[in-house]
Amino acid sequence: MRKFLILFGREVSSAFHQPLAYIVLFFFLIVTGFNFQAGVTLLNTGAGTVTMVQAFFNTVYFWFPFVLVFPLITMRVFAEEAKMGTIETLMTAPVKDVQVVLAKYAGCLFFYFILWAPSLIYFVVFQEITGVKAAEAVGSYVGAYGMLLLMGLLFTAIGCLASALTDNQIVAAIISFAAILGFFFLGLLSFLLPSTGTFLRELTYYLSPVEHMMDFSQGLFDTRPVVFYISSTLLVLFATFHIFQYRRWKS
Amino acid sequence: MIKVEKLTKRFGGFTAVNGIDFEVQKGEIVGFLGPNGAGKSTTMRMLSGFLPPTSGKAEVAGFDVFADSLQAREHIGYMPENVPLYTDMRVSEFLRYRAALKGVPGRRLRERVGDVLELCGLKDVEKKLIGNLSKGYRQRVGLADAMSHEPDLLILDEPTIGLDPNQIRLVRDLIRNLRRHHTILLSTHILPEVEMLCSRVIIINKGRIEALDTPQNLRAHLGQAGRILFDAIVPDASAAASALRALESVQSVSHRADGEWTVFTIHAASGNDPRESLYRHAVDNKWRVREISRPPVSLEQVFAEVTGGEES
Repeated sequence: MRKFLILFGREVSSAFHQPLAYIVLFFFLIVTGFNFQAGVTLLNTGAGTVTMVQAFFNTVYFWFPFVLVFPLITMRVFAEEAKMGTIETLMTAPVKDVQVVLAKYAGCLFFYFILWAPSLIYFVVFQEITGVKAAEAVGSYVGAYGMLLLMGLLFTAIGCLASALTDNQIVAAIISFAAILGFFFLGLLSFLLPSTGTFLRELTYYLSPVEHMMDFSQGLFDTRPVVFYISSTLLVLFATFHIFQYRRWKS
Repeated sequence: MIKVEKLTKRFGGFTAVNGIDFEVQKGEIVGFLGPNGAGKSTTMRMLSGFLPPTSGKAEVAGFDVFADSLQAREHIGYMPENVPLYTDMRVSEFLRYRAALKGVPGRRLRERVGDVLELCGLKDVEKKLIGNLSKGYRQRVGLADAMSHEPDLLILDEPTIGLDPNQIRLVRDLIRNLRRHHTILLSTHILPEVEMLCSRVIIINKGRIEALDTPQNLRAHLGQAGRILFDAIVPDASAAASALRALESVQSVSHRADGEWTVFTIHAASGNDPRESLYRHAVDNKWRVREISRPPVSLEQVFAEVTGGEES
């Protein structure tokens, strides 16, 4: 556990040692701020069927930075070590490979949490100023942020896998971006397919992040997405671990 | 400290290391010598636990480097070729992180980092970013990292490559000082370095061990079949050369003119020393002689001989 914490600390500090972290934080704040502002505008003009939390988590301004940010967070983690050769000193230190992989993954997740943390303040400020409840019930918060966490778990893992595949950060970013975007669009298919009840419709609905977020931000819990995100996260992490280890494979 | 048996590494169809055996005792400094691509780095990477061997086995401090990799790695301080470091960290911060990662307990970290900073002459750059350091300093940071957890064995891959002569001397002095506490396996293709530092030399070529001995023995071994220089003023150089060739225990003679002098290079048969008969021959023919000598064989020649390279 001590070694995991040491590695985790290194991951977090190395993330903040590079200018990219601050650029990402800066633009992320701008876009989510704009998203919030758009939500307020919607509430001002709309019929009032949605709450602030729903308005915030279900717009294109939410999804756009959300999808974009994972490659930026994760492209570095394995690719840079491979490129600089520090993977050699890392893998010959007396630490388990699984500790390294989990620490890097946890480091990325930590950064992801920091990105989203300020958004909590928005809702507090919103209630304070307007006197209108941002959500109908606590479940709405728990649902929205729970889904944010679940999707973050999977997409961060996908980014880590992409980074472990190559020693080029740009290639890693493109792979994870393509994978995450492909998954996202697969979910959007459910809006195009006309009839309900067909297998394809059910499948895309089952996989759709947009649908999941729509349900969860209303406070509607469904165990299927929870199982889906956690199990696929474990699968992707398992693959990442073995890719990271390929240098130790017997040939 | 190191025990290697039939260690083999293949990359696809290419055999980088081909069934090598050797042992290194505690307290030795062993030099790994070979041309580029001979398998030095691959062997070191296998010993440090970075690459698994295709077959054969290697033990460090009694632990199999593959089966008990973690325990073996605790006893090894490894500095890879080109010294990869985290360029975004400061020197003391990096060493502290590495020492902690390699199991130095928290209460001893400050003392340990202070020690290696002192030992490697890094005190004046401890607050600097590694990315801003010169190559010589980076090399020393790498060395400091390798020894930060007080390992029994240091594996140093080309510790002096790319340094200027002053920096080479500093690093070399540093390694020499380390021998009191560590067993050291280092690779290099700078031959004088091996003669200065190492108690034993392993010459490796094309994945096989070509020679394994002390520098003195290797030199002596080849010295017996050595070259003899013979400078004289002779009336007819070609005739003199064939006369010398006829002498007992002389294998071949070549000559070149040096002003009025002729310099003969004589190769003697193994185990024989024809210098005395050369002297008699010269006296009998009333040649004026400037030099009869057997220049000491440098490891460079041993190296060229066993690796089949061109002699310089």
